Amino acid sequence: MEFQIGTIEPAVDSGDDIRVPADDVREHLVVVGNGMAGCRAVEELLARDGGRYRVTVFGAEPYVNYNRIMLSPVLAGEKTFEQIVINDRAWYDDNGIELIAGDPVTAIDRAAKRVTAQSGRSVHYDKLLIATGSDPFIIPVPGKDLQGVISFRDMKDVDTMLAAAEAGKALGGGAAVVIGGGLLGLEAAHGLTLRGMKVTVIHLMDTLMERQLDEAAGWLLKSALEGRGQTILTGANTESIYGDGKVEGVRLKDGTEIPASLVVMAVGIRPATALAREAGLEVNRGIRVDDHMVTSDPDVLAVGECVEHDGNVYGLVAPLWDMCRSLADGLTDQHSGYKGSVTSTKLKVAGLDVFSAGDFSGGEGCEDIVLRDASRGVYKRVVVKDDKVIGAVLYGDTVDGGWYFDLLKREENVADIRDLLIFGQAFAQGGGALDPKAAVAALSDDAEICGCNGVSKGQVVACIEAGNGSLDAVRSTCKASASCGSCTGIVENLLAVVLGDDVKSGPKTLCKCTSFTHDDVRREIVAQNMRSIPEVMQLLHWSTPDGCSSCRPALNYYLLCALPGDYQDDQQSRFVNERMHANIQKDGTYSVVPRMWGGLTNPRELRAIADVVEKFNAPMVKVTGGQRLDIFGIRKEDLPAVWADLNAAGMVSGHAYGKSLRTVKTCVGSEWCRFGTQDSTGLGVKIERMTWGSWMPHKFKIAVSGCPRNCAEATIKDFGVVCVDSGYELHVGGNGGIHVRATDFLCKVATEQAAMDYCAAFTQLYREEARYLERTAPWIERVGVDYIKQRIVEDEAGREALRARFLYAQSFSQDDPWAERAAGQHAELHQPLAPFATAAE
Amino acid sequence: MTTWIDIGTLADIPQRGARTVQIDGQKEIAVFRTGDDHVFALVDECPHKKGPLSQGIVHGHNVACPLHNWNIALRTGEAQGNDEGCTPTIAVRVEGERILIARPVAMPVAA
Ligand code: SRM
Ligand SMILES: Cc1cc2nc3c(=O)[nH]c(=O)nc-3n(C[C@H](O)[C@H](O)[C@H](O)COP(=O)(O)OP(=O)(O)OC[C@H]3O[C@@H](n4cnc5c(N)ncnc54)[C@H](O)[C@@H]3O)c2cc1C
Ligand code: SF4
Ligand code: FES
Repeated sequence: MEFQIGTIEPAVDSGDDIRVPADDVREHLVVVGNGMAGCRAVEELLARDGGRYRVTVFGAEPYVNYNRIMLSPVLAGEKTFEQIVINDRAWYDDNGIELIAGDPVTAIDRAAKRVTAQSGRSVHYDKLLIATGSDPFIIPVPGKDLQGVISFRDMKDVDTMLAAAEAGKALGGGAAVVIGGGLLGLEAAHGLTLRGMKVTVIHLMDTLMERQLDEAAGWLLKSALEGRGQTILTGANTESIYGDGKVEGVRLKDGTEIPASLVVMAVGIRPATALAREAGLEVNRGIRVDDHMVTSDPDVLAVGECVEHDGNVYGLVAPLWDMCRSLADGLTDQHSGYKGSVTSTKLKVAGLDVFSAGDFSGGEGCEDIVLRDASRGVYKRVVVKDDKVIGAVLYGDTVDGGWYFDLLKREENVADIRDLLIFGQAFAQGGGALDPKAAVAALSDDAEICGCNGVSKGQVVACIEAGNGSLDAVRSTCKASASCGSCTGIVENLLAVVLGDDVKSGPKTLCKCTSFTHDDVRREIVAQNMRSIPEVMQLLHWSTPDGCSSCRPALNYYLLCALPGDYQDDQQSRFVNERMHANIQKDGTYSVVPRMWGGLTNPRELRAIADVVEKFNAPMVKVTGGQRLDIFGIRKEDLPAVWADLNAAGMVSGHAYGKSLRTVKTCVGSEWCRFGTQDSTGLGVKIERMTWGSWMPHKFKIAVSGCPRNCAEATIKDFGVVCVDSGYELHVGGNGGIHVRATDFLCKVATEQAAMDYCAAFTQLYREEARYLERTAPWIERVGVDYIKQRIVEDEAGREALRARFLYAQSFSQDDPWAERAAGQHAELHQPLAPFATAAE
Repeated sequence: MTTWIDIGTLADIPQRGARTVQIDGQKEIAVFRTGDDHVFALVDECPHKKGPLSQGIVHGHNVACPLHNWNIALRTGEAQGNDEGCTPTIAVRVEGERILIARPVAMPVAA
């Protein structure tokens, strides 16, 4: 992979072990640590004086520079590693930076101005920058060295967690313990839960995230996480980790044992100072630096989590952006100087909005302003001292987080707006109406919009004004909202403020009512066990009161798929055809297509159809491309009566109108055809009996051909079977529509039963994972046929589980919707209100 | 003077749905009930190609036409977004549970 870099071969030479062009006489800057601060410092330097230093970067990890805070979304499956790379290989090359990755520096010789790495490689420096970050703190309990006990710091840890989740799946879901209920621990727990593990969080304190949240918000958070299936043990003290070579569980001081195959310790971090200490630099809690990040040796600088400035060490990225600016100013002889940072925190767990900033411990002279809205699950607390905001905790509604943080940093006097403060910026600054656009417009230019990437409002506005007119363009240019995404709403509002109506909408969200994507919504519906459309809209902050004609049908389907038998279908969220169980025509009448199993029919069915055509004066009846008959021109009032007549002859709805199983086309097969190898007609009928009535992301068509001549056109169907002498070839992802696509070959099976089992499993995989209105063809192009093979062919247990889920869902959906209507259900959909004639005057 | 006609109760119309009513044999009128229980009445014809608006998906105070998904504002009958056109609206009054609509005076007779 392009982003991964192999370990460096040991070098032997005693001179400089990197290539330097003979004419390059620039001073050499060596950076130890290819992490967020190290690389940002280099970026800042390049921005000021690109050519001044020759730069070499040593990194312990075998990767290019990536966004560490995004490891949480990678773990949660929301991002891939590729998506969180900050600077790819080309960046190093283009800027002439030598990257030595996978080779940690082991010693600094300040007298000789040399660093030596693990491989033996040794390099001379003129200026040295130490940016080694932090080491996770490992609590010294018995068992801490067992296999399966890890921390949450780098990509390797994420890989270990993913492997544990994967291994757990084979056993029907593994168990994990996360020690530490802070930001990091909760993000790990969230990701592991989404990956299918049963997660227990052990937290020493009584309140989760006690350093960022007060008790009330901590409690709300705890209940929300428990609601998602996690076990949260607060006030719990780890006694030991037990297991034979590998971890098997965690024992608490009170004797409780929690079985687990994975233990993640997220109890805090320590500045990584060993290297600096051994080199004799001044080290306290962190490496001591001045306002330009210079250590006790004028030629050695340090930046990031490994430093201590003015008695403070930091564990978040925002301060590090400030440090890097001051550092680069210093290195290029400009003088600004770092003055310390105030920090704010957001939890990156989708659907849970938590924000905190400053000091909220209360105390002498502090005044609390609190707002609770239990029904919305909102809790807000702003702490004011001497007419200034000194702290804020927001749960459930964090839109004003940025504003409070801004007031806090600027130490603004809030006496005048004291009474309205808690209602947020839009209220407090007049106007009354809660207009988010007005709110962002009122933010000051240096207000920070994107905490992850340290981007201010002024920078976002400049980026938009430079022609980046869409969310995607802003994300890829100035990086705002490109990381955790919690500022997406603000960036969208800034786009709207700057461009008025010219905003190009981001393509990826489900629809205009939400900033979540299809995949986000589906995942959260399951993770949070949501049960109705209003609940989804509430919990995922829909921006419209009841959605639109794009999201309502999608949500209705996602819920239906997630909760078979349980979910109350919402008729008003169905497109007209699915609500009326018939296809609307251009003149407002409907067409009716009864099912003809596998394309077979008989005199009784044909007679009933003929009778209906005559009785209801249907202007046309035609053979469809799906091997059945279509009756046109039926009025909505007559539909129930038409269906009653068809039902009486044993016919049911053909779902020609639905995002559902349409037809199973068949050919003649071995019963009659001289080339037929198997009973394709019979198998087609069986498959249609198994699959009919199922709701899908889009329409779904099946065909069974009796030999490779393929008269049923099975290779342009969503699922196709081609019979051969030795069995059944299964094909998937075909489409004969707008873009013709031939199927991908899935595998060959020996028996009819196996063909049906694979069909059921494939159908369910599509039902569970494709996006609404995505047919199998584009879905497979998106996820790749190898993925489908892995899930359906290679993973036998997984296939069996999918098949079982499909059949379970089918047990609720094979009631003929026509019969219900013919019996009088939802009569209001078919009948107008009584006609009126006003009395003649 | 407006003649008000009692056409039924709120409960007769599904929330986020519509029923149609014909008066004096004139064009059908679609009577909508929104999610927040407002009632609107429009001629049941999309300004685009006469799609039956009563069959569309009601969202907010709009309806999406079932034929080609134009969005029509229920209050004004105007097509939204880039589409242009307008469907005649009919005045509605809700008194308690009962819905009254103004008798359409100048409406063309159904073809
Ligand atoms: C009735 C029928 C034409 C016919 O008289 O033969 C038909 C009629 C319509 N097709 Fe079709 N399709 C019919 C077979 C097909 C086939 C052939 C087949 O199924 O073997 C195809 C190509 C195969 C495929 O789907 O891959 C086909 C590809 C489409 C497409 C393009 C789909 C695509 O993925 O590109 C649409 C548009 C859509 O679904 O968005 C479409 C949409 C439509 C709609 C529903 C248009 C609409 O939204 O109103 C038409 C409804 C007419 C009506 O009111 O009944 N119809 N349509 C066929 C009904 C088959 C049945 O018995 O259920
Ligand atoms: C999962 C996770 C989620 C987080 N979420 C947030 C968040 O939402 N918001 C926030 O503000 N902060 C968050 N943080 C914290 C943030 O990532 C850190 O503050 C930031 O990465 C610190 O940057 P740094 O450069 O100092 O250290 P790092 O990014 O850790 O970089 C240090 C690098 O130096 C390397 N290194 C160490 N020793 C040597 C050596 N001897 N030789 C060569 N290389 C060496 C390390 O391998 C590492 O790659 C999160 C952290 C984690 C782990
Ligand atoms: S091809 Fe299909 S969608 Fe197009 S006119 Fe024919 S039936 Fe209608
Ligand atoms: S008829 Fe309404 S959108 Fe075309």
